[in-house]
Amino acid sequence: MTTTETASGVLGEALRLAYGDRVVADGLDLAIPAGKITALVGPNACGKSTVLRALARLLKPAAGAVHLDGADIADMSARDLALRLALLPQAPNAPDGITVRDLVARGRTPHQRWWRQWSREDEAAVDAALRATGSETLADRPIDELSGGQRQRVWIAMALAQDTPVLLLDEPTTYLDLAHQVDVLELVAELNRTDGRTVVMVLHELNMACRYADHLIAMREGAIAAAGPPSDVVTPELVRDVFGLGAAVIACPIAGTPLVVPEGGRRAVS
Amino acid sequence: MTFELGPIGVRVRPRVALIVALLAAVGFAALVISLSIGTFAIPPRDIVGALFGYGSGAADLIVYQLRLPRVLTALLVGAAFGLAGAIFQAVTRNPLASPDLIGISAGAGSGAVGAILIGGVTSAGAGTFAAVPLGGLIGALATATAIYLLAFRDGSITGYRFVLVGIAANGALVALTRWMLTRADIDQASRAMVWLTGSLNGRDYEHVRWAGLALLLLVPLTLALIRAYQLLQFDDDTAHSLGIPLRSARIALLVLATCLTALAAAAAGPIAFVALGAPQLARRLAGTAGIPLVTSGLTGAVLLLLADLAARTVLAPTELPVGILTGAVGAPYLLLLLARANRAGTGG
Repeated sequence: MTTTETASGVLGEALRLAYGDRVVADGLDLAIPAGKITALVGPNACGKSTVLRALARLLKPAAGAVHLDGADIADMSARDLALRLALLPQAPNAPDGITVRDLVARGRTPHQRWWRQWSREDEAAVDAALRATGSETLADRPIDELSGGQRQRVWIAMALAQDTPVLLLDEPTTYLDLAHQVDVLELVAELNRTDGRTVVMVLHELNMACRYADHLIAMREGAIAAAGPPSDVVTPELVRDVFGLGAAVIACPIAGTPLVVPEGGRRAVS
Repeated sequence: MTFELGPIGVRVRPRVALIVALLAAVGFAALVISLSIGTFAIPPRDIVGALFGYGSGAADLIVYQLRLPRVLTALLVGAAFGLAGAIFQAVTRNPLASPDLIGISAGAGSGAVGAILIGGVTSAGAGTFAAVPLGGLIGALATATAIYLLAFRDGSITGYRFVLVGIAANGALVALTRWMLTRADIDQASRAMVWLTGSLNGRDYEHVRWAGLALLLLVPLTLALIRAYQLLQFDDDTAHSLGIPLRSARIALLVLATCLTALAAAAAGPIAFVALGAPQLARRLAGTAGIPLVTSGLTGAVLLLLADLAARTVLAPTELPVGILTGAVGAPYLLLLLARANRAGTGG
């Protein structure tokens, strides 16, 4: 990719996150390490997507603050924030019939002004994003004609074209079959390796998170149950505690990362 | 195609450029024909001569004094409706959320009729260019505010809800206008009725000047927000992530579109279906994914000019108010749009 300054870390301090009167999390502290892939995991409704929304300022914390490179994101303009942090929503939506290249080009918006709606850097960034996601051959096709996996790559390409040091992905593998899940996560890992971009993603699949994340944040009922490298934190106790599931944790025969194997049979709830 | 000059850079899509050129050509042809017909027919050649400053004295007089104001008003009003329609439809992501369907035009109508009745009719009649636009603007803004407050939740929007609230508002305002008309004396009421149907008859340079000045102010403000306009056609989270301050951009655009609607309605009455049809037509012509803003304005201008031309010629020598013609053509189009939206399961 073209730029990406020194990797950026994100800090959440004493966050109180609420939708109206419904408090999702209170007094939450979390640290996203710079230049690493962090996965937020936990059962449904544990608040992981809410945390991601707060990091992207889609949800203003009722109390506490989110710091990006030491600066409070609440004080940044919409554009400044968009230059530092990109978010790919869970179910993004574009106007019907938009082509892949046009969609990816929209990622350049924060870099543009009304008098400079397009520049050579924009062109280069879009080309690079298409290349990085292997979607060059799709460039002129409307996105509604693509398969789920292709579409997800293209949306990631848009977030890449935004060229931010921090990239947030909300369940990037939902609705994808296993092969495409691996495909997308391999892509994310490669992007992180090549330019040291800080990546935070919400993932449903604990085993995928263990395999691809450097840092794992496990949440339960709006609180952090454990945080650290997957091999340190993923234990049968944690799985039981967070997911209410009895499981064995073995080493993945390929990557050596923790592999969670559910006991099954009867549900073992703590 | 990309053009760069120092810090300035724009991207032009060949097809959009072609359509813009084509619309300009059609518009110019319609303008010449529109100027040439009337009680005293002038050959198109002489019209072109008059327009480019080498016409005969008689042709100049008729073209400049009698016919040009009407044609210019049609272009300005059509452009304002086209832009307003594009903004409403884009910001709400719903082609049916057009100002002529959701009560914005009706609000301008109530406001203007109220102004006519309260202020009394001056010697110039119901087309007076002080009370009508002001009343129209107040009516349109009040309506837009009410719909916004009723339909928006936390600054986010569902197009469906917006359209339903708007249709209710439209019904209430039409009733309000009718009620006011029953209270007015017959002379005032009949003048107000002509205005309400939408007509370009008897427009003079006073109309052109005010409509032109208003557009001169509103169009640059709208263009300054064009990137927000484009991204609001995406989902909220994506637009936000790309640096668009959603709430303020949305409100600013809706206020501008409301002012554009009020300005157009004040100059020619709440002409139906131009704001609805022009953006959809422009999108199909230009082949863009979203609704093209500038092309919509241009399409609106050409559409209204063509509609006025048809209104003057189909039953000649009887002149129809242009609003009747746009209604007659626009209503089937709306049905088509609804039928299609229904099949696709979106938009309605």
